[in-house]
Amino acid sequence: MNHWIVAPVVLPAILAPFIIMVLRYHLDLQRIFSVAGVVVLLGIALTITAQAAGGDIQVYELGDWPAPFGIVLVLDRLSAMMVLLTALLALPIVLYAIASGWDDRGKHFHALFHFQLMGVCGAFLTGDAFNLFVFFEVLLIASYGLMTHGGGAVRLKAGVQYVAYNLLGSTLFLFALGTLYAVTGTLNMADMAVRVAELPADDTALLRVGAVLLLLVFCIKAAVLPLHFWLPASYANAPLPVAALFAIMTKVGAYSILRMYTLGFGPEVEATQGLVGAWLQPAALVTLAVGTIGILGAQHIARMVAFCAIASMGTLLIAISLFTETATTAALYYIYHSTLATALLFLVADLVMERRGGAIAPTRPMPQSGLISALFFVGAIALAGMPPLSGFVGKLLVLDAARDARDANAIWAVVLIGSFVTIVGLARAGSLIFWKSHDAQHNAEADQEGADEGDTVPAPEPQPGLAFTAVFTLVLGLVMLTLFAGPALQYASSTAQQLFTPEDYISAVLGGEE
Amino acid sequence: MEALVASAVGIMTAAGIFLILRRRTFPVILGLSLLTYAVNVFLFATGRLALNAPAVLNKYEDVPYTDPLPQALVLTAIVISFGMTAVIVMISLSAYLSSRDDHIDMTAQDSVDAPGEDA
Repeated sequence: MNHWIVAPVVLPAILAPFIIMVLRYHLDLQRIFSVAGVVVLLGIALTITAQAAGGDIQVYELGDWPAPFGIVLVLDRLSAMMVLLTALLALPIVLYAIASGWDDRGKHFHALFHFQLMGVCGAFLTGDAFNLFVFFEVLLIASYGLMTHGGGAVRLKAGVQYVAYNLLGSTLFLFALGTLYAVTGTLNMADMAVRVAELPADDTALLRVGAVLLLLVFCIKAAVLPLHFWLPASYANAPLPVAALFAIMTKVGAYSILRMYTLGFGPEVEATQGLVGAWLQPAALVTLAVGTIGILGAQHIARMVAFCAIASMGTLLIAISLFTETATTAALYYIYHSTLATALLFLVADLVMERRGGAIAPTRPMPQSGLISALFFVGAIALAGMPPLSGFVGKLLVLDAARDARDANAIWAVVLIGSFVTIVGLARAGSLIFWKSHDAQHNAEADQEGADEGDTVPAPEPQPGLAFTAVFTLVLGLVMLTLFAGPALQYASSTAQQLFTPEDYISAVLGGEE
Repeated sequence: MEALVASAVGIMTAAGIFLILRRRTFPVILGLSLLTYAVNVFLFATGRLALNAPAVLNKYEDVPYTDPLPQALVLTAIVISFGMTAVIVMISLSAYLSSRDDHIDMTAQDSVDAPGEDA
């Protein structure tokens, strides 16, 4: 067995308790170990991605129990690329959190950060439905801590909502898993796929209930429209570097939809044929529409970026809901792009908020506004899908994949008008924040306000150089994604190919060879 | 037996959802606990209901047994939900203590002034 597969879970699982128990009082050491841990994780992710790129699916049997009885981790192209994305995202964010002093505004930031990484990587790697639930809980528990990191009345209040909503989601997850177990008698995803295909055609009512319940759970995670209410308040009130990390959490929902509904309830399975796509597609379209309206209407930069996250999830889920190979290729490319771009805008929003507050209205000017506005401009171009950056390539791919779909007109209209409204909304925010700030009257007000700034937690001395390096790393990621769109797409399309031949996955898991 | 378990799950779920839709944190937390009880009983039932049967196979004679897997799942679910209840109690307590308000919904004012800002 290849022990690299379990490393992305084991490394943070060891590092996080080590940080809590041994390095509790040494922030500097915590920072060193945390960054080193993320760098090692990145190395591991690159290794397993290289191993998975060949196309054979590797299985890791925990405790050496064979597949339907024990829990397995499965490494295929999709899980490898998602783990790599997690590591790529984590590195700039942990650097930024250190540079901006966010990790010093509450306790145990780095430990929670690594627990979160453990949950995310585990969710991407596991091949067992109940284990997926457990890893969801791990990443959620860590996210509760991270979300309320730093405290403050409004943040804690938003935290209560966030926790309550996700507890509700977890309960629903258990109901869905219970229903599926009652029907199929297994929780291993590959085994479940086999049993679902063998079910008699007139006995699938419960199975369909289970499939839809599971879809609801993943839609809560992915913030699809009627279930998106938790996202704007949570992301806008979380510490923004944490919100940037949360960009991967919505993708966990998208990943789970992609995994479960190509493997167990795939397009060829008669019982659930067309069921998921038919529900998901209109919801995704509305998600995109509401997300863009939110961008236009937001009064606060953090809320605006949160709505950007919702809109990009809408675009992503439109591509996923088509359930064809080309559309999935587009979706996989777009996952990378939207995660990096959303994280970039969250970090830029934090730079803005630290300097002048987050209101989208003319206030006092801020230091380094030229550099920050340039970064905002780059992030806005990427998210809106304007030509030079990867957002354009991603949206083009999604539109191209939707050309033959049944509702092609609706998809094209919503995506194109949505992009236009996004441009307008981001341009409005950018010009209000960066250009209209030199008003003399507001300068006078700003001087008065400056005095009572110290009533919140005093921010530690920031190191802007490192912070900007971290943000530029994300920009670099987007540029690389654009420059190397060819190889990235090649990988994405072979991933999609692998996803739509679930027989390989099933035989790899249940094959039983040592 | 089936009717009893089914109605227990149904009533607890209904009561839980009713309480979650209240506006104060205390009923919401009670509702979440009720909902987790409901899901625990439901998970038990997914392994089929069998009375007075052990959860182990007997290889010497053919006696009825209950499915042990849902019991393991319930154990995990209980541990997680118990821990989560503790977490939400702590977070809502500190939210209440810092804002002197235990309403669970955000007001319009809350969404305007984000934390850490001099409003």
